[in-house]
Amino acid sequence: MVLSRWQLLRYALHLGLCLPLTRLVLGAFGLAGQSLGPDPIEYLLRELGWWALTTLVGSLAVTPVAQLLGKAPVLRLRRPAGLWGFAYALLHFSVYLSLDRQWHWQEILKDLSQRPYIMVGFAALLLLLPLAATSTAGAMRRLGRRWRTLHRLVYGVGVLAVLHFALQVKKDLTEPLLYAGCLGVLLGWRLWRKKWMAATQPEPTR
Amino acid sequence: MRIRRPTEPRPSEITPPSVYAERRNVLKALGLGLSAGWGATTGALTLGANALTTPARTALVTIPSPLSTRETPSSYTDITTYNNFYEFGLDKSDPAANAHTLKPRPWKVTIDGACDKPGTFDLDELIKPHALEDRIYRFRCVEAWSMVIPWVGFPLGALLKRFAPDSRAKFVEFTTLQDPLQMPGQRRAVLHWPYREGLRMDEAMHPLAILAVGLYGAALPNQNGAPLRLVVPWKYGFKNIKSIVRIRFTERAPATAWNTAAPEEYGFFANVNPAVDHPRWSQAQERRIGGGNSLFTARLDTQLFNGYGAQVAPLYRSLDLRKWF
Repeated sequence: MVLSRWQLLRYALHLGLCLPLTRLVLGAFGLAGQSLGPDPIEYLLRELGWWALTTLVGSLAVTPVAQLLGKAPVLRLRRPAGLWGFAYALLHFSVYLSLDRQWHWQEILKDLSQRPYIMVGFAALLLLLPLAATSTAGAMRRLGRRWRTLHRLVYGVGVLAVLHFALQVKKDLTEPLLYAGCLGVLLGWRLWRKKWMAATQPEPTR
Repeated sequence: MRIRRPTEPRPSEITPPSVYAERRNVLKALGLGLSAGWGATTGALTLGANALTTPARTALVTIPSPLSTRETPSSYTDITTYNNFYEFGLDKSDPAANAHTLKPRPWKVTIDGACDKPGTFDLDELIKPHALEDRIYRFRCVEAWSMVIPWVGFPLGALLKRFAPDSRAKFVEFTTLQDPLQMPGQRRAVLHWPYREGLRMDEAMHPLAILAVGLYGAALPNQNGAPLRLVVPWKYGFKNIKSIVRIRFTERAPATAWNTAAPEEYGFFANVNPAVDHPRWSQAQERRIGGGNSLFTARLDTQLFNGYGAQVAPLYRSLDLRKWF
């Protein structure tokens, strides 16, 4: 079997996004010299959240990159990137519920109703659910044009995720601002291209 | 023949932690090649590399204190590799990695303000009259993690009295060294440098409040605030200002670093209080660092005044703790 360049790239992406998770799992059990440090729950939460955010913002870069390179096969990286982002976000939330909050529902409900950064993060996760659920080829076929409209929700997810990050920082906003900048460029590119396409579209002949 | 039951060893009699930390880290270093393959920034990696260069520390002569807790102290490694000291970076592993640039000797401390005997003193001269005590205290960070730390120090009040504060002295202000060459984190205006903290006079004179010069029976490591730091165990960690160069008696409450940076999140008093949440997170419980498989250890309920209520509650009888958080 011969793998195309693009297939190889896809496998590389899967492997690359699987590694941080493997490292955390090994760290949780103290295997292969890995450790989660003195405050393991906090470390797990932060790492899983960071990878969720990075992968999601990265998935938003796939379309612009494909357009800039003029190579449609790049688009095949979009779904795996989005799904890995969802997986990290779901793990991040699960660790929060189980290890961090230890299923204390009163505390969790208080967080979800009173603490802005948790509300924002939870909203981002909720918006990701329909996107993950409709990521199959079958769902794409059934939804037709509506699939594209639905999946524009990911722009909102990006904004909420960056906000979630920014709101929980203690003092130094550099990193959240960096992500906000990247997100601004990626969403700005789409707006600009839409306008540009509309402007250069030839007038329909009568 | 009478066989005496061995008494509990004092912290200073236990194998110096740097020695066993070093032994462990030699072993860890052997595993480094393996973990380095993973590439990503791992705490274990920086920890291993740094602790290898930790010099052996000479033991201090100390006496035990009845004010110590009987709880098991956190490990030397956890205490010295996981803390906040923004003068050396914002991550909790940064102080251990970067604090080698600090020169804790020679060190001068200025004591001035509303007192009869102000002056600038060499640190060793300043602490000479005081007997060093082992004070094993609970430590509660405002970020909701906690440790048990075997400090070596002496009562702050005993030192303050020597300089004869006058009737105008209502507060004490503490200032950290300002020197971006020694403290590279000060090159960025993350906080308004130098770091400042303050106590009300009666808080400063309380027997639980100490100036610490050591940890685990030996001199304070740089990353923990060498050579002189404040420890007030009933308050959140950020009150415990490190690497002090100035102590000033004032008439008014001094402006303090975190209170200036975010007044709605960090109060002047900063007494540990499970009933008053930080605006962004709950203070009802805490994660105790270390102790078995800490991924699955239950959170501890945070105690009012960090469990020192019996001693310090009288200081705050007329204070609304919700308003003056």
